[in-house]
Amino acid sequence: MAQIKKKKSELPVSDNKGLMFLRENLGILIALAILCVLLSFLPATSSSFLSSQNIFNVLRQISTNMLIACAMTMVIILGGIDLSVGSIIALSGVIAAGCVARYNLPIAAALLAGVLVGTAIGVFNGFVISTTTIPPFIVTLATMNIARGLAKVYTGGSPVRVMSKQWQFIGGGYVGFIPVPVIIMVIAVVATALLMNKTKMGRHIYAVGGNAQAAVFSGIRVSTVKFTVHVYAGLMAGIAGIILASRMYSGQPTAGEGAEMDAIAAVVVGGTSMAGGAGKIGGTIIGALIIGVLNNGLNLMNVNSFWQDVVKGAVILLAVFIDYIRNKNA
Amino acid sequence: MSKKILLEMHHVHKRFAGVHALNDVSFELREGEVHALLGENGAGKSTLIKVLGGIYQADEGEIHIDGNKVEIKGVEDAKKNGVAIIHQELVLVSHMTVAENIFLGREFGKGVLVNRRKMNEEAQKLLDEHQVHIRADVLVGKLTIAQQQMVEIVKAISQNSKILVMDEPTSSIADKEVEFLFETMRELTKRGVGIIYISHKMSELEQICDRVTVMRDGMYVGTEVVKNTTKDKLIAMMVGRALENYYTRDYHEPGEEVLRCEHISDGNMVKDVSFHLKKGEIIGFAGLVGAGRSETMKAIFGLTKDVSGEIMINGGKVKVTSPVEAMKHGLALVPEDRKQEGLYKVQSVRFNMTIEVLEQFIKGISVDDKKEIELTQKYIDMMSTKTPTQMQKIGNLSGGNQQKVIIGRWLATNPNVLILDEPTRGVDIGAKSEIYVIMNELVKKGVSIIMVSSELPEIINMSDRVYVMAEGRVTGCLNHDEVTQEAVMLLAAH
Ligand SMILES: Nc1ncnc2c1ncn2[C@@H]1O[C@H](COP(=O)(O)OP(=O)(O)OP(=O)(O)O)[C@@H](O)[C@H]1O
Ligand SMILES: [Mg+2]
Repeated sequence: MAQIKKKKSELPVSDNKGLMFLRENLGILIALAILCVLLSFLPATSSSFLSSQNIFNVLRQISTNMLIACAMTMVIILGGIDLSVGSIIALSGVIAAGCVARYNLPIAAALLAGVLVGTAIGVFNGFVISTTTIPPFIVTLATMNIARGLAKVYTGGSPVRVMSKQWQFIGGGYVGFIPVPVIIMVIAVVATALLMNKTKMGRHIYAVGGNAQAAVFSGIRVSTVKFTVHVYAGLMAGIAGIILASRMYSGQPTAGEGAEMDAIAAVVVGGTSMAGGAGKIGGTIIGALIIGVLNNGLNLMNVNSFWQDVVKGAVILLAVFIDYIRNKNA
Repeated sequence: MSKKILLEMHHVHKRFAGVHALNDVSFELREGEVHALLGENGAGKSTLIKVLGGIYQADEGEIHIDGNKVEIKGVEDAKKNGVAIIHQELVLVSHMTVAENIFLGREFGKGVLVNRRKMNEEAQKLLDEHQVHIRADVLVGKLTIAQQQMVEIVKAISQNSKILVMDEPTSSIADKEVEFLFETMRELTKRGVGIIYISHKMSELEQICDRVTVMRDGMYVGTEVVKNTTKDKLIAMMVGRALENYYTRDYHEPGEEVLRCEHISDGNMVKDVSFHLKKGEIIGFAGLVGAGRSETMKAIFGLTKDVSGEIMINGGKVKVTSPVEAMKHGLALVPEDRKQEGLYKVQSVRFNMTIEVLEQFIKGISVDDKKEIELTQKYIDMMSTKTPTQMQKIGNLSGGNQQKVIIGRWLATNPNVLILDEPTRGVDIGAKSEIYVIMNELVKKGVSIIMVSSELPEIINMSDRVYVMAEGRVTGCLNHDEVTQEAVMLLAAH
């Protein structure tokens, strides 16, 4: 090979990850910045928005969405979808609350039971999706209904109340001045980021989502990858479920309705392709922040909740549209 | 040559982020001629075609058709101006039927209703006319790549265009089909159609082309009349210097037996195939397309279910039921259809290069970035891959450079037994000879290679032994000193 062209391109020593992150997420970062600046200066919100209490408030409110969105990012990169997460929130919440209110189990055990219930549904989703060719949309549509139904059957349709300070710790408590759900959220985000960017499993997720057939040829255990991701989604939804139940002093069969859609919105606003194979957790974090800050701002401005939905939808469309324009010109 | 000029492209420029893909390229096509476009992988051939076809817009330059300046802003404009293109990447819709694909965008029927029966009939007529033995009502996804390629060809021809462009149409079809294709091309040129023909197979030039334009690094190098030029001259124009020693192979006494397959059948295409491979040996698998060679390789690599027969590795019997196990035993398979079976299109060159060797730089949750970059660069250089950076999306590389990345991926696994299915398909002549050099180096180091190829010259010049297959069976094995084109063809036609 010596006689033929041998251009030794110089080695890029390493990529500047920070710069890449900025470039990839420029559109939504600007959107988030504009939103924050607006809320800090608008007369209706300027006094309250930047207070540390409100900031923690926002973070606490987005914590459950962030948990699910983390998992949803992986599910969507895999080329699938998980519609059952919202219902899992309800089911794991009512089971955890029921364990305390009905069977007098210790609170720690009850919370664990809630998380396990969520994980179990994830296991079921993962099992069916990885061993059959039934589309994830259908499988999780079914488990969405099943889990919601079970939550209603178990509670008879009304909330299961738990009135105790300890119970409220996970969702409403503080460590120092930081709300517990925020701590859980940070741990989940870091764990997901590590899983996606630093492990072999992470690469395999991108590979399976990008081209499942190629992944088989590459010796990747496609079914293991799918199974793992859906179990992770169940786990995250289970944790979100107990956080919510704790914060509301009750397991509610209607909790988490539409939560899957908020998570999908965060993921899509964050630039992950619904076609699978590409996307980043960093984008999802910003996406969840945008939606959270927006919700908060609209509340502070006392916008009627019906209009809030309209505004939220418009912002999602706008964010995705900016992305589309940028990709077109790239 | 005084025939009317159909198409002129003047001083065309096209830039992508970091790449000047077309740098002042001019091109001319006359009525009734086949004009070849030649150049290394990434030279800009497909880009030029995509500018003509309205997929990309040129940054600068003009296009004249029939002497009039035209603006081609989209695929519609190209069609209106009588341009039909067979793209390098197949663009058929796999869950639609052959007929629906052929008439996509120009369906039969009144108003919004499609006349399915008429469409099927017309499509079948077209297919039969071109001796393509496929039914018009089957789903395209069920066809082999060769068959899909034929459908693309029929589709483009049926548009009755004045200007027909074919971007590597023969890279995946069999000799017999190539014959028919050339036959059809001659018919078309008699009717005055001008054809732009892109191929990396130099032998096809003499057979079918009148003139040839050579490109290098996005620039126009020159145009020659095929009759008045030589292969060596064209190669020199392409790579910028003469290319000696096309095939590199130092024969030596092979070592112990590393792989033996006995009575392999897959209950379908592969019937009772037996062969063996020694350390440091290259064995070739020759035969016609559809002879079951690729299927045999898939069977021993664990990609097919219900394989019967015995596989012995280093003398010990093993069971291989998945690629994971095959790789554990030191096997690697570079698949034939690298687009479908190898490419992670939306991911970077680096991701694509290292996906099979992650354990070399990922331990738990710690990634050794530097090692990954070095590894990627090593194989980019080894295969002379043209890419602006390692982080370029592989989908943005030229077709041949994508192939190089995927071949590099499997080389990186340091296999004991490397199975190469059509290793030089779609790669340029310089890179082909580099692949031969690499194969030669590998066997010197003790790696054993199985090469499936439809290019007889490379089979003949690179193999220690050649197995020939026909209709799923091995019909013979020829030693290096007894293998000739005739001998192989005789066995292949069994
Ligand atoms: N969409 C794109 N974005 C960025 N770069 C591109 C894009 N398309 C092509 N290129 C670059 O332009 C150059 C020319 O590519 P082109 O596909 O025209 O090559 P080619 O001559 O057809 O090669 P091959 O023989 O491998 O098919 C390559 O360096 C390629 O990486
Ligand atoms: Mg090309």
